[in-house]
Amino acid sequence: MRFEVNGTPLDVEVEPGQVLRTLLRENEHYEVKKGCDAGDCGACSVLVDGDAVHSCIYPAHRLEGRSVTTVAGLGSPDHPHPLQQAFVAAAGFQCGFCTAGMIVTASTFSDADRDDLPRLLKGNLCRCTGYRSIHDAICGVTNTETAPTGEATGHSVRAPAGMRVATGREEYTLDHTTTGLLHLAVLGSPHPHARIVSIDTSAAEAMPGVELVLTHLDSPATLFSTGRHESRNDDPDDTLVLDPVLRFRGQRVAAVVADSVRTAQLATERIVVEYELLPAVFDPEQARAQGAPLLHADKGMESRIAAPERNTVAEMHGETGDVEAALATSAATVEGTWRTQRVSHASLETHATRGWLDRDGRLVLRTSSQVPYLVRDEICHVFALHPDHVRVFTARVGGGFGGKQELLTEDIVTLAVLRLGRPVQYEFTRTDEFTIAPTRHPMRVTVRAGADAEGRLTALAVDQLMDTGAYGNHGIGVMYHSVHESVSVYRAPNKRVDAQSVYTNNLPSGAFRGYGLGQVIFAIESAMDELARRCGLDPFEFRRRNVITPGEPMVVVDPGEVTDLGYGNSYGLDQCLDLVQDALRTPGGLTPPSGPRWRLGTGVALAMIATMPPRGHFADTTVELLADGDYSIGVGTAEFGNGTTTVHGQLVASALGTTPDRVRIRQSDTDVARYDTGAFGSAGVVVAGKALLAASHKLAAAMRERALRLVDAERHDESLRDEAAGVVPGGVRVGDRLVTAAELVAAGPLIADGSHDGTPRSVAFNVHAFQVAVDEATGEVQILRSIQAADAGTVLNPEQLRGQIEGGTAQAIGTALYEEMMLDGEGRVITDAFRNYRTPKFSDIPVTEVLFADTFDELGPLGAKSMSEAPYNPVAPALANAIRDALGIRPQELPMSRDRLWRMIAAG
Amino acid sequence: MDLITVQQIRVPATRDEVTFAPGERPLGGGTWLFSEPQEGLTGLVDLTALGWEPLTVTDDLLTVAATCTIAELTRLPAHDGWAAHPLIALCADSLLASWKIWNVATVGGNVALALPAGAMTSLMSTLDATAVIWTADGGERRMPVTEFVTDVRVTRLAPGEVLRALEVRTAALRSRTAFRRIALSPLGRSGTLVTGRRGADGETVITITAGTPRPVQLRFDEVPSERALADAMSRIEEWYDDPHGSPDWRRAVSTLFAEEIRQELGGAA
Ligand SMILES: Cc1cc2nc3c(=O)[nH]c(=O)nc-3n(C[C@H](O)[C@H](O)[C@H](O)COP(=O)(O)OP(=O)(O)OC[C@H]3O[C@@H](n4cnc5c(N)ncnc54)[C@H](O)[C@@H]3O)c2cc1C
Ligand code: FES
Ligand code: FES
Repeated sequence: MRFEVNGTPLDVEVEPGQVLRTLLRENEHYEVKKGCDAGDCGACSVLVDGDAVHSCIYPAHRLEGRSVTTVAGLGSPDHPHPLQQAFVAAAGFQCGFCTAGMIVTASTFSDADRDDLPRLLKGNLCRCTGYRSIHDAICGVTNTETAPTGEATGHSVRAPAGMRVATGREEYTLDHTTTGLLHLAVLGSPHPHARIVSIDTSAAEAMPGVELVLTHLDSPATLFSTGRHESRNDDPDDTLVLDPVLRFRGQRVAAVVADSVRTAQLATERIVVEYELLPAVFDPEQARAQGAPLLHADKGMESRIAAPERNTVAEMHGETGDVEAALATSAATVEGTWRTQRVSHASLETHATRGWLDRDGRLVLRTSSQVPYLVRDEICHVFALHPDHVRVFTARVGGGFGGKQELLTEDIVTLAVLRLGRPVQYEFTRTDEFTIAPTRHPMRVTVRAGADAEGRLTALAVDQLMDTGAYGNHGIGVMYHSVHESVSVYRAPNKRVDAQSVYTNNLPSGAFRGYGLGQVIFAIESAMDELARRCGLDPFEFRRRNVITPGEPMVVVDPGEVTDLGYGNSYGLDQCLDLVQDALRTPGGLTPPSGPRWRLGTGVALAMIATMPPRGHFADTTVELLADGDYSIGVGTAEFGNGTTTVHGQLVASALGTTPDRVRIRQSDTDVARYDTGAFGSAGVVVAGKALLAASHKLAAAMRERALRLVDAERHDESLRDEAAGVVPGGVRVGDRLVTAAELVAAGPLIADGSHDGTPRSVAFNVHAFQVAVDEATGEVQILRSIQAADAGTVLNPEQLRGQIEGGTAQAIGTALYEEMMLDGEGRVITDAFRNYRTPKFSDIPVTEVLFADTFDELGPLGAKSMSEAPYNPVAPALANAIRDALGIRPQELPMSRDRLWRMIAAG
Repeated sequence: MDLITVQQIRVPATRDEVTFAPGERPLGGGTWLFSEPQEGLTGLVDLTALGWEPLTVTDDLLTVAATCTIAELTRLPAHDGWAAHPLIALCADSLLASWKIWNVATVGGNVALALPAGAMTSLMSTLDATAVIWTADGGERRMPVTEFVTDVRVTRLAPGEVLRALEVRTAALRSRTAFRRIALSPLGRSGTLVTGRRGADGETVITITAGTPRPVQLRFDEVPSERALADAMSRIEEWYDDPHGSPDWRRAVSTLFAEEIRQELGGAA
């Protein structure tokens, strides 16, 4: 078959049933992405004879004589297409995995089409941005700027990889050619709870092209957790690479390694397995009750499961004061139960790992991860390898949101590579993402609260139950975090918390943006809104009376708790409340729809979050001066749309008096930096960024010192000694003499290191308000206005920060109104494709007005605080409160879908 | 996605070659076939090279070939008096699939797939279109589209048969129509799609798709009274249940829309 790609003829064999997407990628057109492989996301968009199509559902046998254009054919970094330039200028991407498809699609638009973007872009999903910046890019709005020398921070500097992303040149996890690559496919459990009695792999092994079949008999015996943290003891050891006991549908039964994905997948069907079915439990209430089937009763103390005999991975019960007594005498009280659903991260790039042995026989894993170092350490633990014998790195990662703080593909690839000594790849499908990748924890949260006649909280009690699924990855941390900043942001003399994290035979839950806080904040902020109403107070005023203020202890249930969490002298909650309330008082937003069915309402909610995860978060970084005056930095943080890389470049450029384009960033590779806990808990800027600042200052001092020595040696004039020396672009200026970088490094390398240990920590705040219209007859919610104020300390890159807040808001609107992973009650996921799961589209997300508090954090780098998880948290309750205001009835279950709201209204 | 069990794709140029071995299925645009794993599928017979004229218009008939792409249909210009013409765009926009999918997806593929949210089925049902079926023995048979789709993913095609075309009387295109649709998100997969059509003779037809497992039509000699319509709606027993809406909600919004449409078509408020 002959056809053209980007003007170059291609002569290829096409497999029967093959699609254009895989054909293009086989021919190294890695600019064509896979977000779903099912036609739903648009990441694979290309032009065929000028018509935009989704290449993943375009039959390849029709290509004869046709001409295909990909994003790389539209332009190159040297000669970009105007839209490619526009996406860079507008900062129209975060992880950038959707960008190729967006640009190809938009390249067909006329000027008039710009008014019709919601409809025209309904086939292109972006999980990161919230679409406003994509709108700007297509409409030619510039949101970025070139920073003056030495003043990069505080400016909306462009992402260093921007033009490569926009032209399809930036490599993501699998965008790379490895010769002799083998592919791994997994046979998943058809049962929610079963034991493998026997397994016969001979027919699979006999298939031509099959190199290896792995079963539980091949598995290392070391238990681990897919959830990764700085301390491996934070998660229970309850997982094996391949386990003879299957605890959820889809869990690995066996893996086949073959010369193609097709052969590997077909071979899995030839594996004959005899199962002994075990009783299963799917509801956490039932799972913790007496007599429920037990999932991990075989595990001992060393697995760190709180109570395997009650399916309880973790629990917490504590009280300060006397909640019952306080409630009994309170002027006003509320009590209610709130439920949140299971949510998929829906990062556009699925999980994937490619592994091989390097020339020295070292295991190398190229993976889609937020935590390459933690992956390395756990792989070493499970496979008894020395860290020197394992290298883990990431290319650019196509989205994370917590979903890649897990070890989901690396372990089985390691096993296969170690067995075969050959390169092996394992790539999740989108269906895998929905059915076996961990999700947000569904929670049931009961809140009771009381206030006195002045509207001051007397008591706050939270009873939380969460479904951690079949494995306890993040099941402990999420539970503790969920009731921490959510409860401690309110001052109440009497508090009680009961929380339980419970195993079920559903797919595992895991880390998700907000790490449990969002679910409990939904409940508490709804309860506070109700309590404010009962006290006859405006919701802003009620919160002002009850939130903690600087100097006050942050109490969950132990007023004497010793903690490294403080205010960093940067409390901005008061400002956030004022900013949002003032904004609501100024005109703005969409005109409400007319007609008697529409009811209008306004709602607000707040959220507090620690700027870093607890118990240590470490980053070791280096900054080196190169002979040409550029700086090379080594830092462990992965880039997955968090924008950290941009900020790291800005911080170093500012500290060294240069511009970000002179900073070369080597990152997220266990070979380039000694250590980095990873990019979670929004730590990229506040931990690694601070370490880089320290390294930069150290390097600057070393450069000045060496420059002075050189100058002193030249001039024998004593009086000129100790002249002021300053780091400038290209070297160090001493008086009127520029000592060039080349001269400086001629005397030996100039490299400095900087580290940070992630303590002490401070807190950041977000306040969100919505104005909505609700159609009483259909349950439709229209967001008329969306406003978020964020207390992020010093704003290092305004456009990127705005992007994080918009993206978090968009993801949270998805959670609040649309998204829902539905299970059938027997552990089967019904919504296993994007078409059945309402990831927000361009049409679904309103413009959010983003406001910044003016604070300076004494702990963060140059006064900055972290801000990537936080913006998600206040959104769902703010929307719920607005809907309550509109309808007079309070929605208590997410998502507040049209059918649910309609039913609630119909029931009165 | 690659269809890993497919061993052969045949591309017939003449009707004789349009035959199906066990495990083989017709291939239209392929936008659904390649979007999900197809268990047991061993071969595809590509209908798109048979040279079927996508759209033919005569005085009384619009013939839409099964292989006409949705994009081609949306580009069909309105002829004089085709009051129902806007319905084409409204229905196309009711698909979850965007215009990029329409470039490849066929009208026949949409109808033959028989999804409740098959908006081409909505369109063709509303217009009382006739499905033209090529039978396995080389013959042809016809039936109303409303009867062609019998359940979720079930049609009256027998093994070896293909959908050849959809015939729409231009009289139907000249009638007055009304349209309502809702999904759980603004441009999401349809939860229900309700249309109304009032012919020159006053006959009024309410068609419900997406909300019900198969197209449901309520026919009245004239615009019905509120009561008559409500009665007819309440007799619809089966409302579809899937992740795109609960049956009780689908019933309620469909009933609401049907009444709005009745008024729009001239029924007394
Ligand atoms: C993102 C996305 C969104 C979608 N949204 C919707 C939606 O909202 N509603 C909806 O209904 N569909 C939707 N689809 C599914 C599909 O794209 C459409 O139904 C499309 O119209 C199918 O047409 P096709 O020509 O591509 O069919 P194909 O994929 O080629 O075939 C579909 C089925 O029909 C059969 N078939 C095709 N042509 C004939 C024929 N002439 N005679 C007999 N059998 C035939 C095939 O064997 C197959 O079983 C969506 C798909 C994607 C990728
Ligand atoms: S990968 Fe093709 S549409 Fe998602
Ligand atoms: S930037 Fe769009 S998916 Fe990440």
